[in-house]
Amino acid sequence: MTGPQLLSSLSELFGAKILERTEFRGETTFLIGAGDLHELAKFCKEELSFDYLLDITSVDNFGEEPRFEVVYELYSMTMAVHLRLKLRVSEDDPMVDTVSDIWPTANWHEREVWDMMGLRFKGHPDLRRILMWEGYPYFPLRKEFPLEGKPSEMPEVAFSSIAPMEGGPFVTQPSTATAKDREPRARPPLDP
Amino acid sequence: MSQSADNASSRTLPAAYDSKIEGNVIFTRVEAAMNWMRKNSLWPMPMGLACCAIELMAAASARFDIARFGAEVMRFSPRQCDVMIVAGTVTYKMALAVKRIYEQMPEPKWVIAMGACASSGGMYRSYAVLQGIDQLLPVDVYISGCPPRPEALLEGLMKLQEKISREPALTTQKPELKERIEEFA
Repeated sequence: MTGPQLLSSLSELFGAKILERTEFRGETTFLIGAGDLHELAKFCKEELSFDYLLDITSVDNFGEEPRFEVVYELYSMTMAVHLRLKLRVSEDDPMVDTVSDIWPTANWHEREVWDMMGLRFKGHPDLRRILMWEGYPYFPLRKEFPLEGKPSEMPEVAFSSIAPMEGGPFVTQPSTATAKDREPRARPPLDP
Repeated sequence: MSQSADNASSRTLPAAYDSKIEGNVIFTRVEAAMNWMRKNSLWPMPMGLACCAIELMAAASARFDIARFGAEVMRFSPRQCDVMIVAGTVTYKMALAVKRIYEQMPEPKWVIAMGACASSGGMYRSYAVLQGIDQLLPVDVYISGCPPRPEALLEGLMKLQEKISREPALTTQKPELKERIEEFA
C-alpha cells in the first residue's frame, strides 16, 4: 500500500467519523470526534502501520466553542507518510481518551498537555504535571494566562512570581520590512 | 607569624623578603595568609543547569585550564566546596533545590552567577524562570554572556579571588578561634 492509498483507505473505512479532511502542501489532516479517537488511533497503528506517534499537542482557541483542540501527529516509518488527527474538546468537559496504551510515548505528551492546557486523559496511568510542579495552580499555555506568570507559593516545594517585562516580549512583528524594523528593541540604537 | 592591628593603612601590606638572608621564611599577616590560601584553592560546586555548564566544562578543559587557579576540583558534593558556580537557567522548579544545596555548603562560601540566566533570568522573562539567582542566594560575582566564554568565567574567578583577598578573614572567624590565635601572637 502506498502513502496516498493508506490515507484514502482511512477515509473509506471511517468515512462518517471523519468530520473534515484538509490537505495543505502535501500534509493531510483529519478532524475527528473525540469519542472516535481510540478506535481510529488503534486502526492507524495496527492496520495502517502508523507506528510512530511524533507528537501530541493542544491548541487553545480562546473564544471559540469547543475551545480546545488536541492534535496528534502520526508517521508511518515503513510507508514514510505523515498524518495529523485533530479533535475538538470543549471547556465544560475537558476529557479525552488516552492513547498511551497504543503508543507508549503518549504518556509524557499527554502529561504535558495536562500540565500546560488542563485537558485530562481518561485511562492515563499516571496523569500528573511534568514541566511545572505538583500543586502549581494554573495552566500556563491557556490564552488567559499572561506570559510573565502569576505569583504562587508552595512552601518547601516551589514559588513563582511575576517576571518584569521591561517593555514587553520582544517578538518579531510580521511584515515585509527589514529585520531591523521587524524586531522591536528595548532601547533605540545609540546614535554615533 | 606576626599580626598587625586592624587598621586600614596597615592592611595593605606584606613584609620584605630576601631568600638568601632569611631562607624560606615569609613574614605576613594571618589574614593575608588565610585569604591567600582560600583564594588559590577555590573548589567549585558546579551548579550546571543549562548551556553555561558546557562553557564551565570547557573552562575546566586543557585549553582554558581552570586548574591554573586551583579550581579544577569540581566536587559535586556541596559539603566539600567553597564556591557555587550557578551556570544556567534557574527555573522556579529547581530554585529551592539550588538554595538547599547552597545551605549545605560550609562557610566560607561564595557564589558566582555565570551567564545571563543566572544573573537576571536572561532572555527568559516568563512564568517558569527565576529572574536571577540573587533572589535566593547572595551572589559575589556576576558574569554576563550567553554563554560567557571560558575566559570570561576565568576573569570572574579572578575577580572573586581579588574580592577574597580583601576580606577580613580573621574577624569573621568564630570569636573563640580568634582568641586562641591571639593567645599565640
